[in-house]
Amino acid sequence: MDVLQIVAIGLIATVLIVVVRSQRPELAVLLSVAAGVIIFLLVLGKISSIMDVIKELASSAGINMVYMGTILKIIGIAYIAEFGAQICRDAGEGTIASKIELAAKILIMVLAVPIVVAVLTMLIKLVP
Amino acid sequence: MVNGIDLIFKIAGVGILVAVLNTILKQAGKEEQGHIVTLAGLAIVFIWVIQLLALLFDQVKSVFKLF
Repeated sequence: MDVLQIVAIGLIATVLIVVVRSQRPELAVLLSVAAGVIIFLLVLGKISSIMDVIKELASSAGINMVYMGTILKIIGIAYIAEFGAQICRDAGEGTIASKIELAAKILIMVLAVPIVVAVLTMLIKLVP
Repeated sequence: MVNGIDLIFKIAGVGILVAVLNTILKQAGKEEQGHIVTLAGLAIVFIWVIQLLALLFDQVKSVFKLF
């Protein structure tokens, strides 16, 4: 019954944030950060077990683990960047949120370069 | 995760306490002490949240193999 726990945490946090925001908006931001982190920590264990299953499937399908690792890293970067950007946007700082997203895109591109190079070299080999 | 919901209550409690103290100090004509109380509350909560964020980043790093 993890869903009930998560919904309860969300509702309690929402009510407390609404109470605090009218007096102290800066503490309301920190409260929403804490609520988000706690909810994510509750589901992170489940994500890690899903990741183990995916890795097992990939290794049994004979996929190179370098590519799987890259994909996992990209998912992690995307999640963390999204988390930070959402919080910044919530607090009314859309500019910083956009910068975080841009930085995350660049980092993801850097990680994806080896895969793109591999695909391109394979294509060049295929084309006579 | 009893620790988790505990932290949310702690932060909300600090927020309400700081707001009340601020109002009282303002009524007593001690505006600058009200500011100091606000700043102290913010610092305390910030330390808690930073520790929680460090925990989150460590867990995400270990799950997604980000190094």
